[in-house]
Amino acid sequence: MKDLVISMKHITKSFSGVRVLKDVNFNIYKGKVMALVGENGAGKSTLMKILTGVYIKTEGEICLNNKLVNFNNTRSSQEAGIAIIHQELNLVQDLSIGENIFLGREPVSSTGRILWSKLYDNAQLWLDKLGLNENSQELVKNISVGKQQLVEIAKAISIDAKVIIMDEPTGALTPTETKKLFSVINDLKNDGKSIVYISHRLQEIFQICDDVTVLRDGELIGERTIDKINEDEIIEMMVGRKLNEQYPRIETNIGNVILKVENLTNQYVKEVSFTLKKGETLGVAGLMGSERTELMRTIYGIYPYSKGDIYLNSTKIKVSSPMDSLNFGIAYVSEDRKSNGIISEMNVRENITLSSLTNFQGFLGFVNKSKEDISSKRYIEEMSIKATGTNQLLKFLSGGNQQKVSIAKSLMTNPKILILDEPTRGVDVGAKKEIYDLINKFKNEGMSIIMVSSDIPEVLGICDRIMVMHEGKVSGFLDRNEATQESIMALAVGKEVN
Amino acid sequence: MLLVTSIIITLLNPRFLNWSNIVTVLRQTSINAVIATGMTFAILIGGIDLSVGSVLGLCGAIAAAMISSGMNVVVVVLAALLLGTAIGYFNGTLITAGGLQPFIATLGTVTLLRGAILVFSQGRPISVGNTPGSDEFSGIGTGFIGPIPIPVYIMILVFLIAYYILNHTRIGRYIYATGSNEEATMYSGIKTTRVKRFVYSVSGMMAALAGILITARLGSAQPTAGSGYELDAIAAVVLGGTSMAGGIGTIAGTAIGALIIGVLNNALNIMQVSSYYQDVAKGIVILIAVLLDRKQKSSR
Repeated sequence: MKDLVISMKHITKSFSGVRVLKDVNFNIYKGKVMALVGENGAGKSTLMKILTGVYIKTEGEICLNNKLVNFNNTRSSQEAGIAIIHQELNLVQDLSIGENIFLGREPVSSTGRILWSKLYDNAQLWLDKLGLNENSQELVKNISVGKQQLVEIAKAISIDAKVIIMDEPTGALTPTETKKLFSVINDLKNDGKSIVYISHRLQEIFQICDDVTVLRDGELIGERTIDKINEDEIIEMMVGRKLNEQYPRIETNIGNVILKVENLTNQYVKEVSFTLKKGETLGVAGLMGSERTELMRTIYGIYPYSKGDIYLNSTKIKVSSPMDSLNFGIAYVSEDRKSNGIISEMNVRENITLSSLTNFQGFLGFVNKSKEDISSKRYIEEMSIKATGTNQLLKFLSGGNQQKVSIAKSLMTNPKILILDEPTRGVDVGAKKEIYDLINKFKNEGMSIIMVSSDIPEVLGICDRIMVMHEGKVSGFLDRNEATQESIMALAVGKEVN
Repeated sequence: MLLVTSIIITLLNPRFLNWSNIVTVLRQTSINAVIATGMTFAILIGGIDLSVGSVLGLCGAIAAAMISSGMNVVVVVLAALLLGTAIGYFNGTLITAGGLQPFIATLGTVTLLRGAILVFSQGRPISVGNTPGSDEFSGIGTGFIGPIPIPVYIMILVFLIAYYILNHTRIGRYIYATGSNEEATMYSGIKTTRVKRFVYSVSGMMAALAGILITARLGSAQPTAGSGYELDAIAAVVLGGTSMAGGIGTIAGTAIGALIIGVLNNALNIMQVSSYYQDVAKGIVILIAVLLDRKQKSSR
């Protein structure tokens, strides 16, 4: 029988009259993994923030082991044994792994001196347990994002939490690292710990979770056990309608070569050469460390290159800044919207128009705000961006809608080539489909697209041709009809494929 | 906040609220207000300009020397403004191309320039002299249009232009964006290095303008002029609600901040508070204001 560790009942939360959670019940069982799914904006983050003491619920009650509790701050939630691992990393980059794991709880001698060898030895134990192959004295900024995420997990586990909430934990992990994570989760279950697993990756949920709770628009749609439900049913619950095709793909006319990159070389990539035809969607697949993002940033003018050429419609071009790139009609939508895709403190209108302000300029540099408003409203409508209005600050939008704003910003520059870097990362199923539909719309309008993605089914579903990279070099090209998950993976790990 | 402060002070000393004192307050505030406007630009972008005091002193000294040698007043004013702008541009280049932190870069220039002033002036004040140009020049600082001193008109004009730039122009938008998230702004295709150089040039120009106003008013340029003025300017900006992290703040806020500091300075003088205690009082007021502001802004 299931042992109830945490029971959240009739939880309602409003911000200045706007209700974001309505009468939600959420259960966490001992020794089990509860999946929490829902579209972005469904209320998952808000619910977890109430559980971890970041927000205070407007109504409802929380029970821990059948006793009523109140989490008025993060400390009380932590002391109750609840830990959370965020989607966006919370590590101090300039400190070592060990220092990060024991931040605030460093082992000290009676005089208050930090016992460094004890700290690093203990930290190393946790790293070994997770199979993370790093020295605990290594600085966090020197290890990859995927490994940093594992450090976050080590930190939460080391606090001996009874409930661990994981928010999109596998977003930046390789398949091997994901497997390790799952085996650690199983160990935790056997130790009687409970996990809340928030993820958009439904396949993973079926692999590792015992139960699933689905939220939609701030309300509880239902709680089920995993063996009594299937993927389609979960999706239906999430979006409230049947999803016919997950990867809608259309055929378009593919024209001549529009972009040619030859022997591009810098500190990140080596001798990269490829072509892009007009109207084509080129997928760029690879594992972490393949430097795909770095390649795109080089083409976009953020990183310089020492060797190689870029040709646009057979004319050689030199791109030394994003401004140059945009002038040539090449736009880039970043994979890390929080750091460089959007400006959280500015509103929707200001974000969307940021790359195109010259179009709204009048006398003496005057910016026509009403014209801006009209233009940005058009994008909000066409892309179904959920916001209270053009004046809403980006920080209040859900991840998927923030991503759409980032895309809209690039779109407004009327690019001929659109580079999308992990466009659906951290985006829910409903919004994903909307983004795929948008990609199809761009294709129909003759835009050429380069899509970097770590989601192999997505790459197979959407792209015409796939370029696979491995450690900064092009590993190979695959046409859509000959590509399989296995052949892509083989190239991604650097195996020679004939 | 301004209203509250003024009311409290008037109650404490009725001499505060008469017309001639108000004029004095406004005139004295105008110097800091002009510098603070330039400083707002620098802080909005997430930086800071510590060199304004020395720029003020140097441009004031050069202006005095030029006007007393008989040059045309318009030429002198333009030259001084240009010098301030150029120094600001230099600061901007140190920060962008040189990669120096704004704090460090402008710390370097403030010292360098103060030395330049001493060298130029040989440690002695430079009078604006007795040429016909000198009278016109002094008029900028001492003159009136109607009942209101010219520096006050200049202050208002500066506020209006700054407000327009920050709220209604492309560069203004870029300034807020760069201060809020420099990387995202750069990724969006904006040359943030240009924005930074612009901002520091503005700050330098404002400091030069303040130098002109002070020199005109006093009739001479002291080698120590402007020393420490950066603190009052930063205080005005911070009191006005601008965040040191960048991206948040308004000119209206800075205007109010400058007025509060001006009122405080004046009131403490009227009440004949020793100048040693004046700084203590000012510091306390600033801390209280900023803390109250923080409490208001945080919401759960």
